[in-house]
Amino acid sequence: MAGLTATPAASSPPRFEPALMRRKLTGTLFYGACLAAIGILIVALLALLLDVLIVGLPWLDIDFIASMPSRRPAQAGVLPALVGSIELAIIVGLITFPVGIGAALYLAEYAPDTRVTRLLQTNISNLAGVPSIIYGIFGLAIFVRLLGLGPVLFSGAATLALVILPLVIIASIEAIKAVPQAQREGAYALGASRWQMVRSSVLPAAAPGIMTGIILAMARAIGEAAPLVVVGAAAFVTSLPQPLSGSFTVLPIQVFNWAQRPQADFQGIAAAAIIVILVLVFILNLLALVVRARLSRHIQW
Amino acid sequence: MAASLGVVTTIGIVVLLTYQTVQFFQIVNPIDFLTGTVWSASIEPYKFGVLALVSGTLLVATIAMIIGTPLGLLSAILLSEYSSNRVRNIVKPVLETIAGIPTIVLGFFAINFLSPEVLKPIFGDDIGIFSALAGGIVVGILITPLIASISEDAMRAVPRGLREGAYAMGATKFEVVRKVVLPAAVSGVMASIVLAMSRAVGETMAVVLAVGTRPQLTFNPLESVQTMTAFIVQITQGETSQGSVQFLSLFAVAMVLFVITFALNLASAWIVRRYRTAY
Amino acid sequence: MVEENPLIAEPPTIRIMASDGRATSAPPDAEPVIELRDVSCFYGSFRAVRNVDLEIAPQRITALIGPSGCGKSTLIRTINRMNDLVPSFRAEGTVLLDGQDLFAREVDPVAVRRRVGMVFQKPNPFPKSIWENVAFGPKINGFKGDLDELVERSLRRAALWDDVKDKLKQSGMALSGGQQQRLCIARTIAIDPEVILMDEPCSALDPRSTRQIEELMVELKRDYTIVIVTHNMQQAARASDTTVFLTMGEDRAGYVVEQGETVSIFTNPQHQLTEDYVSGRFG
Repeated sequence: MAGLTATPAASSPPRFEPALMRRKLTGTLFYGACLAAIGILIVALLALLLDVLIVGLPWLDIDFIASMPSRRPAQAGVLPALVGSIELAIIVGLITFPVGIGAALYLAEYAPDTRVTRLLQTNISNLAGVPSIIYGIFGLAIFVRLLGLGPVLFSGAATLALVILPLVIIASIEAIKAVPQAQREGAYALGASRWQMVRSSVLPAAAPGIMTGIILAMARAIGEAAPLVVVGAAAFVTSLPQPLSGSFTVLPIQVFNWAQRPQADFQGIAAAAIIVILVLVFILNLLALVVRARLSRHIQW
Repeated sequence: MAASLGVVTTIGIVVLLTYQTVQFFQIVNPIDFLTGTVWSASIEPYKFGVLALVSGTLLVATIAMIIGTPLGLLSAILLSEYSSNRVRNIVKPVLETIAGIPTIVLGFFAINFLSPEVLKPIFGDDIGIFSALAGGIVVGILITPLIASISEDAMRAVPRGLREGAYAMGATKFEVVRKVVLPAAVSGVMASIVLAMSRAVGETMAVVLAVGTRPQLTFNPLESVQTMTAFIVQITQGETSQGSVQFLSLFAVAMVLFVITFALNLASAWIVRRYRTAY
Repeated sequence: MVEENPLIAEPPTIRIMASDGRATSAPPDAEPVIELRDVSCFYGSFRAVRNVDLEIAPQRITALIGPSGCGKSTLIRTINRMNDLVPSFRAEGTVLLDGQDLFAREVDPVAVRRRVGMVFQKPNPFPKSIWENVAFGPKINGFKGDLDELVERSLRRAALWDDVKDKLKQSGMALSGGQQQRLCIARTIAIDPEVILMDEPCSALDPRSTRQIEELMVELKRDYTIVIVTHNMQQAARASDTTVFLTMGEDRAGYVVEQGETVSIFTNPQHQLTEDYVSGRFG
């Protein structure tokens, strides 16, 4: 072909120095830093668990679980605290269940999309960010003083319910909103009323998410101590807590009291009580997984 | 009806705190309260300079942020950009476990292990069993899952097309993360940091155990200080009569705490709205 | 262990010039710039593309056409190793760029992608300023020289300069669809690739923008080799020099049915399948 020559391009091509090696090295170092971060977290977590187990296991036995607290560590037990925690969790769950689901249903399904509704939702988000100790002060003023209930288990439960309600509501709203519109339309098309549609299509589909949210919130409630300290959980309880009378305590408070004393024995029983808390929390988390799996089985979309 | 409970609660909290704070200000001068740097509520002479407590809270929270932010961000990047099954199966459970640990346990860890076995050998006589550093470290661990999860969501929301465009021009993975993904996700990441700050400020049980009860204005993390939340616990634990100035001071401190955390939460939402990258 | 990366030391780009100084299409029998020999692509155990032999001639527009799902996108993404980003992906066979095996062990995909650029179906400018978009590639590849001049040159070549020269600091996302796509082209040519791959670049655009991009392609082929995947047969007939027709076999793997000069593929196809496709009987 006449007239065709191979020459470098008329305008000189731009010069690049890609420095590929250096860039890749930087990338690898960064990846290393990311791994180091998670490594630090793992080490910290392991250190914490090992510390608790090593210090606490020697003190953990049936007597420990079944006895009352005592001035002498060797005879101390967590029975009132354990019973208190369990009762507390149940009452909190009973309060949160209807109120939380009701509020979530209202906000997600029934409420018109107006400024007022959005304000309510923002309000709930803000409440979720309020430190739990402020709820304690609020609970102290309202349940203990104003309503005259006194520093009893129920006051503590009501206060904790307020703490976790925003979280439950937010999680439930998400679960409800995740139900595809098609489900709702299908029910309407068959002539269902709004409540019938919600009951048959939305609730079952959102149930796994809602129940998981409630159970996890209860796990959080079991671990909370700050609001209860303010409400008046007692330092030293020698009888099983009743919901509406007498002093009460829960496991985290018991840990708090014992951990404040520097003697190694008290540290030991504090750690043992922590193990009990962790077991409870673990059981609840497991329960959440199981409930989620069982309820999800009936959903296919 | 149930949803309005939320509004009732918010109004209730604000009304309660304001009412009691006003009563408190009838005994103690608000200027002294807000600008004073000495806090001595139970020991005569009584002084109510809240800055001592605020500085304690901020000192602990700052240390917590210094620790929690890089740990949380790097974990989020791991989950979002370097995500293989192996990575996810380790990182996610670790973060979720930390998130599920009751804060009292972290406080115990601080005084039972962290202070005596780690900090004391490092700092020797400069540090005691209680210190802002110990509290800051455990709170930092506590807030890491919060930063990680919100930041991860923000990064995942960046569309795949943006990453592909960068890769197609010969960018390395790190360059894609640094120059494309993080800038696009910046509003979510910043919001997560502010939210974590709010959480660190409001944290109670972990700091109560770890940090001590010595209210003082100091920037030295090795010192023992007292945070606002710890003071509230201290007052309610003791025997204080209802109308006493100590009891009222509790509400005033709570008010300050509420205002600070509320402002931080609002700021976080505002950051997302204002700086959201359109893509 | 420092590996010699052959793609870092780059051979000077060779453009074939006509004697009057204007670059033109290379003759059909010039050395192919890209060669695929017996290439198959797998996602896990699923074979998406089967035994492809292909030659891409320099400074021409080669169109890959065929019904959807027959692996055209997979194929061109293999060429610039974008499929490496998919964990389950695996390629067999040989892909040569200027005679270098792109899948050799010591070859870094990052280096490949500097020489083989890609424009995507959905325009994906960065949420940064227009200037930043175009400067992104040169900056990370260590450009030495006047960036402003390079940005202007690239935007001119992409027929976008007049539209944006007063608003270089505005966000790239504020442009219209067609303009965004030209921005993506501008930033791709800013790093001076040899080959530009285009994966259905006009399917998200309106007809007027589509014509503009097609005219741009014809301009660009003077300096770059262009491979375009398209659903639009008229577009392939209008704009390309060579056409490759792929279809999906019964095993759901794509394979090359026929390739050749565009004119002959469309007016005188050798294969019955090709004839059926270009006359609209299926696809």
